[in-house]
Amino acid sequence: MNERIIEITGKAIPLRGDDIDTDRIIPARFMKCLTFDGLGQFAFYDVKYEENGEEKRHILNSPDYQGHSILVSGRNFGCGSSREHAPWALKGMGVRCIIARSYAEIFANNCSSLGIPALIVDEASAGELMKMAEDDPLVEFRVNLNSKKLHAGNRFYAFDLPENYRIALVEGRWDTTSMLMENLEDIKLKNQFLPSFKG
Amino acid sequence: MSQNLLNKVWDIHKIKTLPTGQDQLFISLHLIHEVTSPQAFGMLGERGLKVLYPERTFGTVDHIIPTDKRERPFDDELAEGMIRALEDNTAKNGISYFGPDSDHQGIVHIMGPELGLTQPGLTIACGDSHTSTHGAFGAIAFGIGTSQIRDILATQTMALSKPKVRRINISGTLKKGVYAKDIILKIIADLGVNGGLGFAYEYGGEVIDNMSMEERMTICNMTIEGGARVGYVNPDNKTYEYLKGRKYAPEDYETAVERWKSLASGKDAEYDDVYNLDVSSLEPMVTWGINPGQALGVGDQIPEDADEQACSFMGFDRGQVLKGTEIDVAFIGSCTNGRISDLRIAAEVVKGKKVRSGVRALVVPGSRSVADQAEREGLHTIFKEAGFQWREPGCSMCLAMNPDKLEKRELCASSSNRNFIGRQGSPTGRTVLMSPAMVAAAAVNGVISDVREML
Repeated sequence: MNERIIEITGKAIPLRGDDIDTDRIIPARFMKCLTFDGLGQFAFYDVKYEENGEEKRHILNSPDYQGHSILVSGRNFGCGSSREHAPWALKGMGVRCIIARSYAEIFANNCSSLGIPALIVDEASAGELMKMAEDDPLVEFRVNLNSKKLHAGNRFYAFDLPENYRIALVEGRWDTTSMLMENLEDIKLKNQFLPSFKG
Repeated sequence: MSQNLLNKVWDIHKIKTLPTGQDQLFISLHLIHEVTSPQAFGMLGERGLKVLYPERTFGTVDHIIPTDKRERPFDDELAEGMIRALEDNTAKNGISYFGPDSDHQGIVHIMGPELGLTQPGLTIACGDSHTSTHGAFGAIAFGIGTSQIRDILATQTMALSKPKVRRINISGTLKKGVYAKDIILKIIADLGVNGGLGFAYEYGGEVIDNMSMEERMTICNMTIEGGARVGYVNPDNKTYEYLKGRKYAPEDYETAVERWKSLASGKDAEYDDVYNLDVSSLEPMVTWGINPGQALGVGDQIPEDADEQACSFMGFDRGQVLKGTEIDVAFIGSCTNGRISDLRIAAEVVKGKKVRSGVRALVVPGSRSVADQAEREGLHTIFKEAGFQWREPGCSMCLAMNPDKLEKRELCASSSNRNFIGRQGSPTGRTVLMSPAMVAAAAVNGVISDVREML
């Protein structure tokens, strides 16, 4: 069992745009690593830095948003490559929860495996939350996975989170290996029944 | 109404429903490579767990391997370290491994089918989003993250929810010079890069029936670019002919074929959604933007409502036609279009011609076996005489984790699958996706061209 993830409180980073792909979250050249430690420093690297290493003018570089733990973005966040390096890089930069219009499937799956809730909000809520975080970097977001409500700026917002992931997070079953191991006898039976490979 | 293939294969492989509501699915075949697996073996080690069924996992190197010189150690120490990690992990755990010197080394999604590992009715997983490629054989194949690689190594199962199935019927007659790549780019442009969310795509109809297995692989390969994790084609005689006699094909082949036939979706199978596409008027497709859905016919204008960020990054204007745009690099290869039929088509276009001066052009075969076959047919000579570099097999400039990269703002005509910002190794480099024939035409002319004018 893992830590139960029920309530997350933090300030938000507003990252506008749809279809932000995992190559943008972590460029492939930073994936030459044997563990996922230390990837946070490379999160959004080419979004944040010029080729000569100079910092770009970007909200991710703004001192107002450093250390914030909730990332707000648009549609189809995390599309593209299956690299788990992407959510690890976000985790490394301090992100504990993501709020977006929708996610690519493998990315959402990877987030759940790392204990990061990837919440889905409708267009109106996404717009308001984005603006709220842009207008006031200090506004506090409070997410509750039991009530499925997000509180920000004196308002409650509804969000969606696939029930499988929600249960995994609130019951501390998001690290799936031990849950899968419980059915070892059934796995062994299935293995005997299904054809294997003889070269 | 009868069951579709996905539902049948799912039921066969399902262990049980988990407390989270997901299904625990047995994975018959697990493929690994050097970039996303070392961390999984690390996690396994930390927990004192062993690989449960090493005979169901196969490894090769593709993402990071240099395609020019293969002497060990590789110049890039990190690449050497990652490949050595895969070598150690497979050796220690008794997993079959096809390394740089193996006759079977290649891009993992090209290797699987070539060896006959990829078979109808299997569940297949690999830590790479283009695992959907294997669906061309009527397998249900998922791209997965590293935590799921760990799960499969430890339990041969993973937790996931069953997708809905969208049937995509493709009808009509393809014009000369229009290929499988153009069809899949069109499907993604029509349905959107997230249009497949929650769905598996079942491709069918006369155009798919008439396709070779390699063309079907190109279609299934890019399913993920349309937001669907799984794409497949029902197995048929072409599938059975292709697999017959391959290294890992079943010994009792007739029995296997009977089983495979029983898994195909029936004519009256039920689907959650249906999409029909007539490809008779389809033109060669090119991408103009920064995701694979931003694509149009080579003679079409970039739409007036085109995304501003995409246009500005690419340096294109709304209303512009891409035909005639100068290119710097031409790349033929990748799990999308690095197979022998792709190289044959491209060689046909470049035969007796020269790559335009100033254009850097590469052909990277998808596997050792593709390279050997091409060399037997003399394709390498055609490419080299035209001025292409003829490389060793690997992923190469599709994701540029090895030394093959764009530089600065270079524009690449590419037969690969992604045109994301920075995808080909330069943060400001630009990618225009197209079929291998179109890349060959662009290489020769030095500008984005309509290959139909050269056939």
